[in-house]
Amino acid sequence: MISTSALTKRYGAVTAVQSVDLDVREGDRYGLLGPNGSGKTTLVRMLLGLVYATSGQIEVMGQRIPRNVREVLPQIGALIEEPAAYPHLSGRANLALLDAAGPGGRTARRTRGKRIDEALEQVGLAGVGRRPVKAYSLGMRQRLGLAAALMRRPRLLILDEPGNGLDPRGIRDLRALIIGLNEAGVTVFLSSHLLAEVEQLCTRVGVLDAGRLVLQDDLAVLRAPTGRIVVDTPDADQVAAMLDGQVEHRDGQQLLVRYPDAAALNARLVGAGLRVSAIGPHQRTLEEIVLSVTGTGSDHIGGPA
Amino acid sequence: MIGVELVKLLRRPRTWISVVLTCALPFVVAVFITITHLTPPPGQGSAFLSAVLEDGALYPAAALAIVLPVFLPVAVAVVAGDSIAGEATMGTLRYLLVRPVGRTRLLVAKLVSVTAYVLLVVLAVTFTAYATGVFLLGPSRAAAVGQAPPGGGAAGPGGVAGTGVAGQAPTAGQAAGGAVTSLSGAPLSLLQLTERIAGAIAFITVSMLGVAAIALFLSTITDSALGSAMGALAALVASEVLVTLNAATVVQPYLPTRYWLAWIDFFRQPIFWRDIQRGFGIQVVYVVVFLAAAWANFSTKDITA
Repeated sequence: MISTSALTKRYGAVTAVQSVDLDVREGDRYGLLGPNGSGKTTLVRMLLGLVYATSGQIEVMGQRIPRNVREVLPQIGALIEEPAAYPHLSGRANLALLDAAGPGGRTARRTRGKRIDEALEQVGLAGVGRRPVKAYSLGMRQRLGLAAALMRRPRLLILDEPGNGLDPRGIRDLRALIIGLNEAGVTVFLSSHLLAEVEQLCTRVGVLDAGRLVLQDDLAVLRAPTGRIVVDTPDADQVAAMLDGQVEHRDGQQLLVRYPDAAALNARLVGAGLRVSAIGPHQRTLEEIVLSVTGTGSDHIGGPA
Repeated sequence: MIGVELVKLLRRPRTWISVVLTCALPFVVAVFITITHLTPPPGQGSAFLSAVLEDGALYPAAALAIVLPVFLPVAVAVVAGDSIAGEATMGTLRYLLVRPVGRTRLLVAKLVSVTAYVLLVVLAVTFTAYATGVFLLGPSRAAAVGQAPPGGGAAGPGGVAGTGVAGQAPTAGQAAGGAVTSLSGAPLSLLQLTERIAGAIAFITVSMLGVAAIALFLSTITDSALGSAMGALAALVASEVLVTLNAATVVQPYLPTRYWLAWIDFFRQPIFWRDIQRGFGIQVVYVVVFLAAAWANFSTKDITA
């Protein structure tokens, strides 16, 4: 769906994006992670033809960007950093103007009202579409931005920090909306600096660090069991003594044990009369994975270059 | 896209506020003149003002001369300077471009919208000034006499204002019957006056498009609407300074404001074409050069706002 090769963007002496090979497949919910200033937004803007690459190539839906933006962009819904709207017009009028500005001619015009209703309904703004945008809260503006991305019924959604400005309920609605759209066949590419959001939402993850894509894989692969077992037990000392040499790490009542199978270990501990509060295969959290591959964020002043 | 830009222009409160303010200044001037019956002596003050007491139908020309030096260029520079930079600041530019709207198309639509705005202001000033002139200052004294010898207005010999030969309407309707005296003293029929005011409107519109092109170009360079409007005005002020500077005679024929007042020559009998043609030519060159520069800059620019 999206693939880039050796994509690089330099602003003068600063390299914002360096030799990125992005690979987003059809049907993915792809989460692009990275600290602020790591080049996420520049990358997203290059995918949409807003910023021109210094070198490297971009293909979206099999078409070259920016050469064929005209064919590709009508099938993409995008939210780029903050949403934007004309404040003195209503949400609905904003959507209508934006839609009328795009291609599509008579067909687009005939279906416009219906598509706008649908999009407003999807994002939960059905009741307030006629109020002027200057009276909207931050969260409502974000929802309106999403509605603008959805009203053309896109095959691909590119969302830059879609959770910004939303309260916990809004985030939950957004997650449900994205998963629903994805299940209906829409490929989703989103960028975020919120690990938890991506971990709950995405099927595939890329990590950008100082302009380089330092990691890209399916979340299921990244979070595959590490071959170790986590044991929570009030009898931590006895368990440690019994499994001497296999305990890799101890943190209070929690032990990290090298052992092939959690059920077998459980049976052995219980058989020995030791109490077990919780036991299961060890998985790394996305946070551990990301921190293990990234340096300091590039808005961290004075860190290693 | 052009339709969308026109809707945006017409639904924006700023458009109408600026139109009302621009029309208000000549109205206020007319009120003072009506009360005091004091006009500047011929050759001093704003063009035509010395003649309006004799003939209210000449007031549109006087009104255009009042708003031309400052009000019109300020309003046009603000609207044109805001056209791209304002969308960039609001964030709506990126959403328009990914809709997608081609960059050239957007620029053309902005140009059409600015042209429409210029015409709107100039026509509004003309019509309100005509109404003001006729109702407040009174119609031409000649119309009050109301005699209309056959042969039409232009045939009779001229003379001092008020003794001109009346127009073609024997009923001597207030607006229709008056013969207006040209600056050269020869009378103008209503048809001629209308033609010449239309010519003046066209010339002033083209002059303002020169300002608009400079502001539009600056608008593609900076994301500050204020900066681009001020930049265009600074260019005009610089031009005005040089126009009055004897030492700068060499460059004067090429300055944007050099022939700004040439439209007054439409009201001479016969029309004095030389400066009108030169002024028109200069403005066309400015429009073409700065639009080309705007296009070259905008179509290759990274949209980071």
